[in-house]
Amino acid sequence: MKILLQSMKTPLITFLVLLGIGLFIDIGVNAYIQLILIYILINMILAMSLNLVNGYTGQFSLGHAGFMATGAYTSAYLSTLIPVPAGGLQIFSFLLFAVCGGTMAALAGLVVGLPSLRLKGDYLAIVTLGFGEIIRVVLLNTSAVGGARGMYGISGPTDWTLGEWTVSKFVTGYSHAIFWVLVCFFTLWRLIRSSHGRAFLSVREDEVAAESMGVNTTQTKVRAFVLSSFFAGVAGSIFAHYANYLNPSSFSFMRSVDAVIMVVLGGMGSLTGSIVAAMFITIVPEALRPLQEILGVDIRMVIYSLSLVLLMILRPKGLFGTTEITDIIQWLKRKMSPGASR
Amino acid sequence: MEDFFQHVINGVSLGSIYALIALGYTMVYGILQLINFAHSDVYMVGAFAAYYSAQFLGISEAPGISTLVILLASAMIGCSLLGLMIERFAYRPLRKAPKLNILITAIGVSLFLEYTAQVIFGADPKVFPTVLKDSVIVELGGVQIKSLDVAVLAITLLMMLALNFLIYRTKIGKAMRAVSTNVVVASLMGVNTDRIIAFTFIVGSSLAGVGSVLVGMKYPKIDPLMGMMIGLKAFVAAVLGGIGSIGGAVLGAMIMGLSEEMVVGYLSSTYRDALAFGILIVILIFRPSGLLGKNTVEKV
Repeated sequence: MKILLQSMKTPLITFLVLLGIGLFIDIGVNAYIQLILIYILINMILAMSLNLVNGYTGQFSLGHAGFMATGAYTSAYLSTLIPVPAGGLQIFSFLLFAVCGGTMAALAGLVVGLPSLRLKGDYLAIVTLGFGEIIRVVLLNTSAVGGARGMYGISGPTDWTLGEWTVSKFVTGYSHAIFWVLVCFFTLWRLIRSSHGRAFLSVREDEVAAESMGVNTTQTKVRAFVLSSFFAGVAGSIFAHYANYLNPSSFSFMRSVDAVIMVVLGGMGSLTGSIVAAMFITIVPEALRPLQEILGVDIRMVIYSLSLVLLMILRPKGLFGTTEITDIIQWLKRKMSPGASR
Repeated sequence: MEDFFQHVINGVSLGSIYALIALGYTMVYGILQLINFAHSDVYMVGAFAAYYSAQFLGISEAPGISTLVILLASAMIGCSLLGLMIERFAYRPLRKAPKLNILITAIGVSLFLEYTAQVIFGADPKVFPTVLKDSVIVELGGVQIKSLDVAVLAITLLMMLALNFLIYRTKIGKAMRAVSTNVVVASLMGVNTDRIIAFTFIVGSSLAGVGSVLVGMKYPKIDPLMGMMIGLKAFVAAVLGGIGSIGGAVLGAMIMGLSEEMVVGYLSSTYRDALAFGILIVILIFRPSGLLGKNTVEKV
């Protein structure tokens, strides 16, 4: 157990372990569940990156879908200019697209963040919402990326052979997504525990006090916002290439709301909480599908929304609050160890 | 030039509908500092309440003033009951919770209403009963003033006057203003804050009900998701005018209605949704608390 925990702290080993799990999933599970799995990974990146702004820095962004859209469309458009090579090299081209998509989203984040992060609370929320909607409407009216019809046939991962092994489409896409989930997680995890991270936290706790301690609050907020937008763009890029189809309507206000719900459900300021919440929020509507067949009416979203309200009333700090899973494990260890003094 | 005046008339008519919905947002915000996302769905339920009561009474095809009054009354009653229930069962348990939780709850309630409505009413659009005959009342040099626009404007003005009277001339209005200034002090002065908050929800929701009938009258197609976009725009209007300020909501709504109509008239109708937010962003960057909002001084 201890060795496992220790090794989870190393990104490379975690990556290999998760990749191994992916190979199992590839054999044992059908394409529908594989797709949901990829969506879970995408939602994890979205939730974690939004947590940096909404949870750790204490700002309130409601426009995450806009940045995701920027990344997705940039990446999809690039793939029409630069053909994706067959074989193993395709992974590198997807990585390149993701970086470009993320960078574009980060630029958009900078443009949005610089003027709007002077605002506070609900005003900030509504301005970011506005920017998100503007990005969507602009995409809706850009015929180069398909406009309202959407963008079809975006090149995605394909099967390729490595010696005598066949690496499936799913494993390629999965490893790409896993790679970015880990990059996102470890970047944020270590950032929060650095001096920059403490600047984020100080802005959340008390802006005036932070400012008087020499933290440039606006700059700190913009930094958090830009980094968060970068990862949202990466998530968009993964989404674009795995779904092979983009439509402006999939980046509506509701997707931003979904991201906020994941952050709040997991706990503001808990990265592992965001991960768990992303799984939960993606799986629940799918898991309720059989119910629809039994009853004949679609009450999935009714149950989903009702449980959201109940959760907020009964567990207002989210599942984890500001603690992480590792804290809980350590707490359990302390409790279980014989002769614990406390 | 005639075109221009026609657009102005349409814009004012659209703006007054936004104003009715924006007032609900702004009143709840003024008192609870909560963006009541469910408000747009209260508005949607109002339209359905009016639709079903017209079906029930068999007046779907009987345009006239009496129909208008009956539909307005049923939408207002339906909305205020719903608003009251939302406040009682979703928001009151969270009175002391962090703001973001209440906001998520509001979003949850909004989703709940939308999807429940889809299950109960069906997802396909329904045709709203014809409330008034749409006829041209006056024609001034090519500018048509239609009966619907006149009715919309007259009803809105009436509602605003009534609201103004309620807030500034009655005892309960005084209590509302007191609660919105400071909840704790108001309750120390013997104001039953819970009751006042519930009353605010009733007033705001019934205004949304009026708005829903007016929209149904002008654009007779209703469906469970009809509230989303108009609600968002009404909310933007409220923020634009300075959220929490009644006059600001009306001013913001008029700006929104007029500018939207101008964009549709002279530019492209596909950009109308982006424009609303464009104006909002520009105004908020220069006046961070809205046009008529109070600038709060931060105390350390």
